[in-house]
Amino acid sequence: MAEILVYVDHVDGAVRKPTLELLTLARRIGDPVAVALGNGAADTAAALAEHGAVKVLTADAPEFAEYLVVPKVDALQAAVAAVSPAAVLVPSSAEGKEIAARLAVRIGSGIITDAVDLEAGDEGPVATQSAFAASFTTKSRVSKGTPVITVKPNSAPVEAAPAAGAVEALAVSFGALATGTKVTARTPRESTGRPELTEAAIVVSGGRGVNGAENFAIIEALADSLGAAVGASRAAVDAGWYPHSNQVGQTGKSVSPQLYIASGISGAIQHRAGMQTSKTIVAINKDAEAPIFDLVDYGVVGDLFDVVPQLTEEVKSRKG
Amino acid sequence: MSLRIVVCVKYVPDATGDRHFADDLTVDRDDVDGLLSELDEYAVEQALQIAEEADDAEVTVLTVGPEDAKDALRKALSMGADKAVHVEDDDLHGTDVMGTSLVLAKAIEKVGYDVVIAGMASTDGTMGVLPAILAERLGVPQVTLLSEVSIEDGVVKGRRDGDTASEQLEASLPAVVSVTDQSGEARYPSFKGIMAAKKKPVESLELDDLDIDADEVGLAGAWTAVDSAAERPARTAGTIVKDEGEGGKQLAEYLASQKFI
Ligand SMILES: Cc1cc2nc3c(=O)[nH]c(=O)nc-3n(C[C@H](O)[C@H](O)[C@H](O)COP(=O)(O)OP(=O)(O)OC[C@H]3O[C@@H](n4cnc5c(N)ncnc54)[C@H](O)[C@@H]3O)c2cc1C
Ligand SMILES: Cc1cc2nc3c(=O)[nH]c(=O)nc-3n(C[C@H](O)[C@H](O)[C@H](O)COP(=O)(O)OP(=O)(O)OC[C@H]3O[C@@H](n4cnc5c(N)ncnc54)[C@H](O)[C@@H]3O)c2cc1C
Repeated sequence: MAEILVYVDHVDGAVRKPTLELLTLARRIGDPVAVALGNGAADTAAALAEHGAVKVLTADAPEFAEYLVVPKVDALQAAVAAVSPAAVLVPSSAEGKEIAARLAVRIGSGIITDAVDLEAGDEGPVATQSAFAASFTTKSRVSKGTPVITVKPNSAPVEAAPAAGAVEALAVSFGALATGTKVTARTPRESTGRPELTEAAIVVSGGRGVNGAENFAIIEALADSLGAAVGASRAAVDAGWYPHSNQVGQTGKSVSPQLYIASGISGAIQHRAGMQTSKTIVAINKDAEAPIFDLVDYGVVGDLFDVVPQLTEEVKSRKG
Repeated sequence: MSLRIVVCVKYVPDATGDRHFADDLTVDRDDVDGLLSELDEYAVEQALQIAEEADDAEVTVLTVGPEDAKDALRKALSMGADKAVHVEDDDLHGTDVMGTSLVLAKAIEKVGYDVVIAGMASTDGTMGVLPAILAERLGVPQVTLLSEVSIEDGVVKGRRDGDTASEQLEASLPAVVSVTDQSGEARYPSFKGIMAAKKKPVESLELDDLDIDADEVGLAGAWTAVDSAAERPARTAGTIVKDEGEGGKQLAEYLASQKFI
């Protein structure tokens, strides 16, 4: 069967969930060959094999951490040359998309970004994309070269599918552009102990209606009672009440959880762009006319300062 | 020497309008008003600030798009850019990101540049990859998705807030930069700016001027193909209750019925 290259997103060897989802999709169209780069690359092999990687190509060099994007493109290109894959799949993170795009132009291939599904087709893999703030669904494919496709988180289930996962060293030589942009400092994001926003099964978000940084404690308490991630609208982020890394929407994260709870959020098109594909949507808003209510499966017209704490208490008592 | 800044701006259908696809599955531009992509206003703003800091600088705004895309250029000129370049050609209809980046790269080389500044993503295609492809095509450093940017002594520095870490970046010019909506509020055009913009030069280029063949771009020259586009079914109307003191409990009951609790 044809080999499908899967770019591995990992932190010091810990494979992030979207990569495991990519392996599920890759198995639909061929045999997944994973490419893991940088510190801890070899440590990814067990998790990747467990989820279907027939081979794991690894490379580590200081360049991967010291320079932006391009060293990883050089490595992925070397993997393409070594494997001659039928397609290249990359997680749709900001960096993943840039790596994929530069690879595509180098190898003379078209690129599709932000696929939400993937299936085999007569003329190569067919990607499903959401367009115009998820009000349209398109089916598209790459018509020239080796398809390069980036896939959004939560687009496929993680499935156990044990395979060999044989580790092989990938030989990489860096080109002149690799050292063009130096990373002079890196501050890792502090962990909150809550699930990752883009990966969480439940997201609880607050907007301008939360009315103050200190009031976000109410949103966090609800999130914690449900084991959820916390999100925020841009209005709340711009006001300085919550970090930008938690923003949901067009210029923040795009989420697609099983359950999305919006409190004090009106439902502007740019916010919807980041949450409209959630399976179940719930909103609490004191304005019965708020556009968010057009999207909801269940809505409560009321003051979030009454409704949210009552809900949190009820969740806690039901969970015992 | 003057610092030559080229800002890439896109003309897009208004996101608050009823955006949809035309019969050939390209973006329908007839039924919805177009405008300068809001996210490119941030690129224009940073270009103007960098130009103000530099002793001598020239800001050129560049777009690839249909006739009406001139509106986007005018807006950028009224914010304070010095001149504009419009690549317009019927053969460009339906061009994908590879074709668009090819045209932009050739136009940028023709105009001449020390730094290219782009937005983080367009508000219609939303791919967020064009600046990286431009850097690859131009063979210069990519310094993208910056929330903070400065240029001094031929070196661009900036902060990139990533998924797992925040990074400080540094590269020598020439380079391609992109900025996020966290980089600083964009200015409104002043009345004086709007009047001045009417007299600023807008140069029009066609594919011939850039030595690009018609078959390298457009729908036929695209390296991707859209097979279908379907409107997402409207979400079925949900249950909406008014809080009469029990709203939180009612919501909990619903969540339990859906097995979330
Ligand atoms: C290019 C661009 C990109 C953008 N990107 C994003 C993005 O990524 N994410 C994003 O969210 N926005 C984005 N926006 C902004 C977006 O247009 C809206 O301005 C924003 O989403 C509004 O946030 P909000 O719903 O919290 O605030 P508002 O629209 O002000 O809504 C607040 C809501 O809270 C309700 N409320 C107030 N008090 C209470 C209370 N006590 N109890 C219950 N309800 C209450 C009000 O009835 C109201 O409906 C973008 C805009 C542009 C132009
Ligand atoms: C819903 C939708 C989905 C699409 N999906 C794909 C796809 O998967 N693959 C594909 O190859 N094409 C795709 N396209 C086509 C693609 O959007 C266009 O070719 C576009 O010109 C480049 O992509 P972008 O707008 O997404 O750019 P982005 O990478 O999001 O743009 C980043 C920045 O590049 C600059 N820029 C972008 N376009 C222009 C321009 N025309 N003139 C000047 N500056 C510009 C701006 O500074 C902008 O902020 C899609 C289009 C739509 C409407």
